[in-house]
Amino acid sequence: MATSSVSRGCFVFKPKDSKKRKIPVAADFFNKGDAISESDRLQFSTYESLWQQMKEETERFQDNLNEKIFDSLLSFIKNSHIHLNSKVNDWSYRMRCSEIPTAAVVLGVNVPDHEMTFQRFSDLVKQSLTPHVVCLHGKECTTVKQVLQKVLMHLLGGTVNDEEAEEEDMHHSTPLSQRRIHCSMASLPGWYKAITQTSGSGSPSKKRKSCAVEKEQAPPIVIIFKDLETFLPEVLQNFITICSNYIQQLPLVLVFGIATSPITIHRMLPHAVSSLLCIELFQSLSCSDHLTTVIDKLVLTTKFPFKLSGKVLQVLIVIFLYHDFSVRNFVKGFQLSLLEHFYSQPLSLLCCSLDEANGRIRNLAHGDCERIRQVPSFMRYVDCQDSEKQIELLTNDQYLKDDVQKLLKDLHIYHENYFPVLKCLHVFTSSLPKYPLGKQIRELYVTCLERNVWETEEYSSAFQLLGMMANNELVSLLQKCIDVLKSSKQQKPLTDIRQKLEEFLSKFQKLDDIAPEMHDKEGDENNKTSPEKSLQKKTDLYELQKTLMEMKKSRRSKKLSRFEALRMEVLEFMDKLVRQYLLPPETQPLHEVIYFSGASTIRRHLNATPRTALQTALSKPYNYLQNEALRSEGETITNTAPDICIVYKLHLECGRLINLYDWLQAFVTVVSASEGQDPDKPSKGQVDQVLHARFIRAVSELEFLGFIKPTKQKTDHVARLTWGGF
Amino acid sequence: MSELDHGKYPEDRILSLKEKLICRDLQILTLQSILGEPHHYSYPSVFVYGHTATGKTYVTETLLKTLKFPHVIVNCVECFSSRMLFEQILNQLQGHSLSFKNEYTSCLQSNTFNEFVLLYKQLVHKQNLHNQTVYIVLDKAERLREMDSNLLPGFLRFQELAEENATVIFLSEIVWEKFRPGTGCFEPLILHFPDYNKADLQKILSQDHPPEFSADFYATYINILLGVFYPVCRDLKELRHLAALNFPKFCEPVQRGDAKEEDTRRLWRNIEPHLKKAMETVYLREISSSQWERLQQEDKEGEHLKGLSIHAHVELPFYSKFLLIAAYLSSYNPARTDKRFFSKYHGKIKKTSFLKKHEKTSNHLLGPKPFPLDRLLAIFYSIVDCRVTPTANIFSQITSLVALQLLTHVGHDDQLNGPKYKCTTSLDFITAVARTVNFDIVRYLYDFL
Repeated sequence: MATSSVSRGCFVFKPKDSKKRKIPVAADFFNKGDAISESDRLQFSTYESLWQQMKEETERFQDNLNEKIFDSLLSFIKNSHIHLNSKVNDWSYRMRCSEIPTAAVVLGVNVPDHEMTFQRFSDLVKQSLTPHVVCLHGKECTTVKQVLQKVLMHLLGGTVNDEEAEEEDMHHSTPLSQRRIHCSMASLPGWYKAITQTSGSGSPSKKRKSCAVEKEQAPPIVIIFKDLETFLPEVLQNFITICSNYIQQLPLVLVFGIATSPITIHRMLPHAVSSLLCIELFQSLSCSDHLTTVIDKLVLTTKFPFKLSGKVLQVLIVIFLYHDFSVRNFVKGFQLSLLEHFYSQPLSLLCCSLDEANGRIRNLAHGDCERIRQVPSFMRYVDCQDSEKQIELLTNDQYLKDDVQKLLKDLHIYHENYFPVLKCLHVFTSSLPKYPLGKQIRELYVTCLERNVWETEEYSSAFQLLGMMANNELVSLLQKCIDVLKSSKQQKPLTDIRQKLEEFLSKFQKLDDIAPEMHDKEGDENNKTSPEKSLQKKTDLYELQKTLMEMKKSRRSKKLSRFEALRMEVLEFMDKLVRQYLLPPETQPLHEVIYFSGASTIRRHLNATPRTALQTALSKPYNYLQNEALRSEGETITNTAPDICIVYKLHLECGRLINLYDWLQAFVTVVSASEGQDPDKPSKGQVDQVLHARFIRAVSELEFLGFIKPTKQKTDHVARLTWGGF
Repeated sequence: MSELDHGKYPEDRILSLKEKLICRDLQILTLQSILGEPHHYSYPSVFVYGHTATGKTYVTETLLKTLKFPHVIVNCVECFSSRMLFEQILNQLQGHSLSFKNEYTSCLQSNTFNEFVLLYKQLVHKQNLHNQTVYIVLDKAERLREMDSNLLPGFLRFQELAEENATVIFLSEIVWEKFRPGTGCFEPLILHFPDYNKADLQKILSQDHPPEFSADFYATYINILLGVFYPVCRDLKELRHLAALNFPKFCEPVQRGDAKEEDTRRLWRNIEPHLKKAMETVYLREISSSQWERLQQEDKEGEHLKGLSIHAHVELPFYSKFLLIAAYLSSYNPARTDKRFFSKYHGKIKKTSFLKKHEKTSNHLLGPKPFPLDRLLAIFYSIVDCRVTPTANIFSQITSLVALQLLTHVGHDDQLNGPKYKCTTSLDFITAVARTVNFDIVRYLYDFL
């Protein structure tokens, strides 16, 4: 950096703005070895803005999801100390034990998500009810002292700062240090009295901004136990006992976050303690429903240009359902796919809203155009065109750009039709017995993404079942479909579909009126051509069979009532819709731009297999070291391998107990063979000091990795901790 | 007789005492005679014990208050360290309360018993209390045993150490034999508060009748209440709580005018099923008292509020379910039977000849046994239908199950070195879990073969 100084020396340059610098730093990683180009930067900023949008959307709908339980919790907290506040001195209240109001919130086993929920909840409580909220973690509270310390720190420390902000004339400049706080519940009543008095006497204009608490109502003190299961029972019992001593003076409210089931409370607290609590239960949404919403809002929407391929979605869903039930992790996985897509796919810079994409296409350099020409789906598309157009596409950049614009628009329209039709199909199939195409829309979606859904067996069986539907069921399904279509965008093909469905619906309704006369007619027809008469003649077996078959056929074709015909028509229409609109995305040209398909990358990152990796590293070091000398074929032990690999391979040949001396001998043999030494040398009983040291180091490394451990069963032996060899 | 005993105290105080404390006459007499007059030296330490809610704290407190003796009452659950205990005593003696002005600190700080004794002496002289007996009441004294080892002997000999006229009263639910420290023990005077019998309870509970009803009416109610609850609960506090909760229901017919206050049989028929229901729900804290009250107000018999224990179902991820099932199997099956259950060609093993004698008793009666991680995983891989790669997620799920207290980690040795676990779920729970994944767990349990 240049200075205006003439002399030589050290100069300090402060970074101009740390915030400005930060963003390029992250973006700097967004290149692949070579210098960052403009498109890399563009990709990164697209990623950032897209992710920002998605994050906001996620937060919004998660708030909506939790709204119900939060509302009931808030009203519970509000009403819990109504007696204390109103100072009603009625008999029944006086006679009762003063129990601590407690909300038991069952949140499900997806513990990673709870953090966010409680954060949100405590914010909400702070906004609307009381500033006195304390969150406790089981890990931090292993003794009663720690619990009290945390509670007091939060309550006393927090208010002192508040007062400073509000009333500057009260020169109380130093916040209470942790040392000075007398770690006893006894200091709380004094504090609480002081707080409520100041808020009562303080001028209303000052108080108004802090919280919307009514003057008469003293704000309750809410203590949240985020993860009840991890608290030690004795700590909890003692804390509750202490709290109950003060419940007359302090409006305490406890909130238990429970991951398993409410029985835990009874398991942790004896009757003597649980009788001090007034427990009310709150149940949150199940995680599976939560996931459905997430998928509906993030995946099954045209709001965001980015899409996951079937395999990636499958990986994410499997991790959710089979491993952790955590919505937060699912969203994180989704973010990772987004990041990975923008990082690894150069064409991802077109993965943005249509208008923006059009602008970017216009500015594409020649290199980018070449890249587009090499995309497989585009090449397939070119092959389908006539030869003149092929030449234009492959040589004329401008022509290509126009065409790409058109293709992207088609892709967008494809999605706009795709999701409503998918939802309609789901409406039809999700009511079937045994759910041939899946109960949840995500299952159907994954199937549709991966292959032509109409070619699957499940699809045909689903339609067979649909063919047996009763009138009223079908009508309600149609009604639901129309609702789905109404809620989506009003565009050309969709409105047509809706009209058609409405037509069907009205036909079904008319059917009821016509039905009676129809029956009579049918009856007549049946009488006229009755093949049964032929049965009365004497016939042989073959003939009988033939006639029966004919009867069956004729019955099937003939007996179609008007309802059945209409039903057939509806199903045919649905089938046509599916075939037309639910084409898998691979068939669409340029689908690579918006579909992320790196399922294996995602799996590797999110569902790591440390053990497999370790074993690969030890048995096939070439995999990681990429050293030609290590490339070995089969199970032979290469002498050039690192010591630990040799020791590992040798130990695989042993049983449960390994004799260290034999092991050393084998090691020395292998290594010295590699070093071209005379193999007879160690037999003298003298082992090279260096080799010995190397062996010991390798063995202790193996012990550190958890493959062996020292044993007391036999001296100079170690025990294997893994089974089997190779 | 009583004239003679109470002669030294003003008459009105004695009267108010008698009014407040009923059914504890003998204990009051004894305590009073121990306490003596203010300027008398009293016995150094008194140990009062008895069940929960037998009036230990209440009697001591009221006695000291009405007789206007200088006293300090400290709860040992709350003061869990010796320092807090000392400071609490000194604060109370001084009439010092923690408030915003003193930044929530005590005026005197003492860390050791020695300091405490010195400060105490100074304080007593400052407060001009040295010619009276000062009483230090330690409630829930059983906690003292878990604190510093010098506390209990120290307080037992406090009079001697402080060379002041002081008496320490210990209140506990445990007998003195469980306290006796190894050295430096001074035997306190022991006073037992026996449980209230049914008549006592009836008398005490009938005392607090609501103003709008007659005492007889309320006594009838208490009689019915005790008839239902006395077999299961003798805790006065709890009974009083239950009485208050259910009383509105009891007097409902009277208020409606359906029955008169004397119409005992009718009232009994009205309230009895209600109380029985209360015993199953509120008493066990299955539903909270506020919910119970709401239920009463709504008065919908058909509507059934679900208790806490109803929600026993836990939703778990797919592999967690199998891990839990595997853990249950390894906890309740002897390890030697694994071959029979999980390998294809196990041959026939007869139950009787196969097992050692002690293994013949049902494992479900003996409780879960610890098992190593390896065994858990081996069973896990064999019961899951599809091939599972041992990913980091599988291992972290085991830890999550421990965090959820569905498994417990046994022993405190190194986590890396072959950890051992126990499964803590019940058979009902695990069968419910197994049913959701279509796994017939009973077929795999050795006890049910």
